[in-house]
Amino acid sequence: MVAAAPWMLAFALGGFVVLVTAGRRLGEPLAGWVGTAAITGAFVCAVVTWLGLLGQSDRTVTITLFDWLPLAGSEVKVALLVDPLSTTMCLFVTGVSALIHLYSIGYMHGERDFTKFFVYLNLFVFSMLLLVLADNLLITFIGWEGVGVCSYWLVSYYFDKDSAASAGKKAFIYNRVGDVGFLVAMFFLFTHLHTLTYLGIAKGAPTLSSTDVTLVVLLLLFAATGKSAQIPLFNWLPDAMEGPTPVSALIHAATMVTAGVYLLCRMNQVLDLSTTGRATIATIGAATAFVAATIATSQHDIKKVLAFSTVSQIGFMVLAVGSGAYAAAIFLMVAHAFYKGLLFLGAGSVIHGLDGEQELSRMGGLRTLMVWTYATFLVGWLTIAGVPPFSAFFAKGDVLKGAWSYSKPLWAIGVVAALMTAYYMTRLFVLAFTGDPRFLAAAGGRPALHPPHESPWVMRLPLVVLAACAALAGLLGSPLDRYLAPVFTNSPAVPLSSSVSTTLGIVDGVVAVLGLGLAWMLWRGRVERPELTPRFLERVWYWDDLYDAVLGRPSTALARTSAEVLDPVVIDGAVVGTAVAVRRGARELRRLQNGQVRSYALTIAVGLALLVAYLLARTF
Amino acid sequence: MTIPAAWYLIVSALLFGIGALGVLVRRNALVIFMCIELMLNAANLALVTFSRVLHDVGGQATVFFVLVVAAAEVTVGLGIVVAIFRSRNSAIVDDVSEMHG
Repeated sequence: MVAAAPWMLAFALGGFVVLVTAGRRLGEPLAGWVGTAAITGAFVCAVVTWLGLLGQSDRTVTITLFDWLPLAGSEVKVALLVDPLSTTMCLFVTGVSALIHLYSIGYMHGERDFTKFFVYLNLFVFSMLLLVLADNLLITFIGWEGVGVCSYWLVSYYFDKDSAASAGKKAFIYNRVGDVGFLVAMFFLFTHLHTLTYLGIAKGAPTLSSTDVTLVVLLLLFAATGKSAQIPLFNWLPDAMEGPTPVSALIHAATMVTAGVYLLCRMNQVLDLSTTGRATIATIGAATAFVAATIATSQHDIKKVLAFSTVSQIGFMVLAVGSGAYAAAIFLMVAHAFYKGLLFLGAGSVIHGLDGEQELSRMGGLRTLMVWTYATFLVGWLTIAGVPPFSAFFAKGDVLKGAWSYSKPLWAIGVVAALMTAYYMTRLFVLAFTGDPRFLAAAGGRPALHPPHESPWVMRLPLVVLAACAALAGLLGSPLDRYLAPVFTNSPAVPLSSSVSTTLGIVDGVVAVLGLGLAWMLWRGRVERPELTPRFLERVWYWDDLYDAVLGRPSTALARTSAEVLDPVVIDGAVVGTAVAVRRGARELRRLQNGQVRSYALTIAVGLALLVAYLLARTF
Repeated sequence: MTIPAAWYLIVSALLFGIGALGVLVRRNALVIFMCIELMLNAANLALVTFSRVLHDVGGQATVFFVLVVAAAEVTVGLGIVVAIFRSRNSAIVDDVSEMHG
């Protein structure tokens, strides 16, 4: 039943329309239930579509909804491309979204704009589904911008808070910078291939010259660095944590930020044609994985640690894409959606219980107070750390195997990043859940808090489901590989011999346990260790300061010059000058209008005489 | 013996000059009015003269228009002068300068 694919979009859009028109009348919590039901419906449609696709031998189906833009020689259709890649994306996007909608009913309880939250969330899911289901770049771009704007609205959800408002702007502007890459790549492909459909581009790409292909790949990579928070455009993601925690879980961890990786995977036939492009992608990915992991070791805010962890994990995915291990990238994306969604929701549960406290230094001892959160977070922690039976061990293992066969130095960077992943997550876990409770005493100007209560069942259920998925998603590895094979046809990954493969697996496991043990020893019973959280890392490698110095301050100086010199002197000078000149001229000229009839007559007579004199002089 | 056309023109020019000078130098509104009439009639004389010289009746026809316009002008103008005289007991044009800028 592949025909169910458009109904995914219809459900999400329907939920949005109902909530935007009747949301306020529905009120809390009914609006939340409507939103959740819509996305659950979309999930059911995704499952039906997937089962339908499994049942047929041709695994690439295009469903044309309507013609949209007639363009020179070809036209843009609103069409859906249902294939293994898009169905995989749809399954986990709708599944995780449904859980997070459910969770939000509990988390957003009592918020001022309860319905508005679900309006944005449903519109987000619609845009995300449009992004992954589109059969051409233009429709993908609409979804791409749709998720961007929803992200903006949701990051600045608490818009009366200054930091949230500016974080929203930062997210939006960074994304716009990346969008330039997307747009230019799209224009370039259309002028050269006269088509925007993915199938058409895949077919036509070999006719492009190698420089052109490299250019397109680099432009797409630039687009992906914006959306997926990679170097050099990663700084917006940590700030995006100003949004409510379910948003961080859904948009800024599980789904939207993986859109860049999805785009690169979708264009894999083009990527395969450019060695330079792929090398750049792999390098950016490895560098981001490493840099973000170092930063995550030194953050003090529970959500900031998770945010940098997300940047780092997406770095792994990009590394896999560059290495040509596309299936591994998607595998990690799915597993990451589960475990990072879980970790964020767990963090949200903690924050919810502690009346909005996010500082790790004010947590501790939550193990006995929030049993469900603790147990599920434990699973999430062991998963992301890469401890063997859990999913990330297999997913990250596949990525690192891909990196090994592509380039040994990049593999080494990836392993170091994996080590740090285990380290910083253990640090977070130890600080938040073990030791003595530190929130009972007032500190840093903030009052003492009550011991937290466990969250309601609507919040616990998603945690449990996601924990189960995160733990068991490792089983997906080889089925997913086979399922995705038709999409990644000419994947250039070299198969490894089984002995090398086993050795790499052992290395991954050892690294995970090593990082875990190291952090356990260093942070057990400690709160502050300034020597391990250097200022350089706390300040994000001074990355924001660099942008501030290179772009921010010169732009501000330019703006100030304009405001203080250009505007008052040049612009106002011209405008006011005209007015003054007219007024002065008029003051002089009005003296001529003296009201004396005889002087007017004299003027006429003199003028006439001059005119006659002129005419005579011209004649003779 | 016929009088040459130039003589008529000279008379016309003299009348026009006297009229123009009167308009410029006299201050009484009624006298200025008469001077304007003088100028109009000087122009009429020139028109008639050229009409004769050029054997074109158009000039004489124009004179009738000028006469009509002059009559109309006198009606309106005298009305204004009388109105001004009533309000300020004087017909000196220099006193009437309310319209200055």
